[in-house]
Amino acid sequence: MPVWFSDADYATLRAACSQLMPSDQGAPGAEEAEVANYIDLLLGAFSFDPPRIWAGGPSSGRMGGDARFTSFHTLTQMDELAWRMRIEGSQGKPEREFNGPVVGLQEIYADGLAALGDDFAQVDGAEQRRRLRDNEEFRLLLYGHCCEGMYGAPEYGGNKDGVGWAYLGRDGDVQPRGYSDAEVSGP
Amino acid sequence: MTADAIIIGSGPGGSTAAEVLTRAGWSVVILEKGRNHLLDPNDLTKPAYDYSNDEIKFLSRHFLGPDPLIEPRAFRLSAEDGEHTHVGEVNSIPTTVGGGGVHADGKVPRFREEDFRLLSDYGPQENAHVNDWPVTYDELEPYYAEAERAIGVAGRAGANPFAAWRSGPYPMPPGAPMYGAVLSSAAAERRGLHPYEAPTAANSVPYDGRPGCNNCGYCAFFGCPIHAKGDPIALLTKAFATGRAELMAETCVSRIRTEGRRATGVDYIGPDGVERSMDAKVVIVAGGAIETPRLLLLSGMEHPALGRHLMVHFQTIVVGHFPDLRLHPHKGRSVTHVQDDAMVQDDASRAAAAEGGLPWIRGGLVEHAGGGHLTMEARHVPWGRHHARSMRDSNIGDRMWVFVMQGEDLPYATNTVDLSPSIRDVRGLPVARITYKPGHHELVASKHHGKILQGVLEEMGADWTLHTSSPGVSYHGVGETPIPESRHVIGTVRMGDDPATSVVDRWGRMHELDNVVIADSSVFVTSAGYGPTLTLVALASRAAHHLAGTTPD
Repeated sequence: MPVWFSDADYATLRAACSQLMPSDQGAPGAEEAEVANYIDLLLGAFSFDPPRIWAGGPSSGRMGGDARFTSFHTLTQMDELAWRMRIEGSQGKPEREFNGPVVGLQEIYADGLAALGDDFAQVDGAEQRRRLRDNEEFRLLLYGHCCEGMYGAPEYGGNKDGVGWAYLGRDGDVQPRGYSDAEVSGP
Repeated sequence: MTADAIIIGSGPGGSTAAEVLTRAGWSVVILEKGRNHLLDPNDLTKPAYDYSNDEIKFLSRHFLGPDPLIEPRAFRLSAEDGEHTHVGEVNSIPTTVGGGGVHADGKVPRFREEDFRLLSDYGPQENAHVNDWPVTYDELEPYYAEAERAIGVAGRAGANPFAAWRSGPYPMPPGAPMYGAVLSSAAAERRGLHPYEAPTAANSVPYDGRPGCNNCGYCAFFGCPIHAKGDPIALLTKAFATGRAELMAETCVSRIRTEGRRATGVDYIGPDGVERSMDAKVVIVAGGAIETPRLLLLSGMEHPALGRHLMVHFQTIVVGHFPDLRLHPHKGRSVTHVQDDAMVQDDASRAAAAEGGLPWIRGGLVEHAGGGHLTMEARHVPWGRHHARSMRDSNIGDRMWVFVMQGEDLPYATNTVDLSPSIRDVRGLPVARITYKPGHHELVASKHHGKILQGVLEEMGADWTLHTSSPGVSYHGVGETPIPESRHVIGTVRMGDDPATSVVDRWGRMHELDNVVIADSSVFVTSAGYGPTLTLVALASRAAHHLAGTTPD
């Protein structure tokens, strides 16, 4: 159940993410990593308290230490303003429009997904790719978020169980273990 | 009660002033615009543990600030562009307790003797205001030495044949060399260059109560999760341990109030958004070379040199591809080796200068480095069916090696920081507008040294190399990405003996205000080709010792 998107928009989003980062011959794609969930949690960050903007530190627990990434930081009044501007847009509120109106990610995604078409999840892959190529500005934004959702910390809702890292043979966050001097200096 | 000094900004410069002054018995209050994620809010003598190996938080979500939506900057190449061509992030150094020291990867080289006397040793350049500093290396050396001990620097004396003299060894030996740097250093030596272990403010062994670095690989643009990076936490915790320092975070100074030749106080906006005032005996400004001139201009100060001569280090980026290697630059410090050769004159650089119609050229420190983090690498890999396999092949991350030359920018009066006529920050204050374009000298030096560095990567075995720069240029004019990536911001409140051509005196004190001292890299006369941090710390230390009538330990 998405926290921000409608079920229909979420289906379009998942299909679009899967075209940008498809599963391929044993390689995990956006679907396995739940990249769409990452984007849903970003746009719905304020459905949580504290909002899911900045994960805690210093360790995730994956390499020892406490599992602190799940403790998201509380936002100051000013940070909340910035992130509501970024996600919700300025919505005509004077305190958000000191440099003019700001279009938020929620609106950009609503428009971008609409432009891909209501039937996007049903059409074939070649047609999906054509529509993504035709919507370059939105595709670039979406792809950037896919990169974060595929290879960022799993606590933000993507990279489920570290599948993005595992396929690359990478560890992701490594505190408090780190690497030995031999691992740094050797081949 | 009025503190003996108000310090504006808690980065390396402000932290140094706080440490030196509180040690001398002064009371200080530190006003910092950003949040505190560096120190335990319940005990400022201890670290906080908010930093992490988290690319989303640090690379995508502005955890260290400034958030360009609420604290933007404006940018243009030149006045011909009109008001601005870009609004958003420009050369952003963290707005957070600890400032630029938090995200820096900790390379802290000293300048060399000649860097302080460019006009005398090298002579003038057309269109640039090349000058000697009113301070010599010899005068600064005790402050460099004190700064290295205070923040903890790992390095090897004698490793750099071009280094300035030093009164003692580094406090710690160098840390583990990166695999790629081992290979690129050997190749550089075969080409007659002189790579050496980068002097780095990351502990190679436990030091001063902080742990040794565990090579996690998240240095540049990240805060250190274990506080193995010493700058500026070592300085701040010492200042707070005296009981004579107070921290006011999320507090933005909007104006320095003056009366005749003195500052009488500051106006500030706290976390509640309310503007208040505080009386001042001494005001120390350490906001960096963009925010410091902005505050002076917001305070109504005027001087022909104020906001001029902005320098950022024109970066030459040389990339080589190694199909058969796995260089794993994600393990270890961001940079472990550097070389000074591009700052040393030889027949080839003299010929390149002459060919470019210049009396001389100077490059900058060359860093041996690798590719970026995964979320960044992925952005450069195509979408679609081959995405995952391209990432696993990692031609960008794991099979590339990079030289970054921090090229010396000359001081041009036309590269400036002033107040944007129309763009405001969230508090309603005009933001800084940066007007910056590299000069002919920077382009000639970049082209010359870029070719040499491509040769080194070929020597290392690259199957192809390329040579680019930040800001991007076509070498015929400035290209499509004119905003410099450099986080080294320098100049704008230049130091000198002549009040007509400089804003502050040799002690960092404003010529026109007896109790205002500038303690950051905005006072630099020239930019050298080295990161500015250790030099600005040494200068801030010298200024603070001068105020307090003390000398370095």
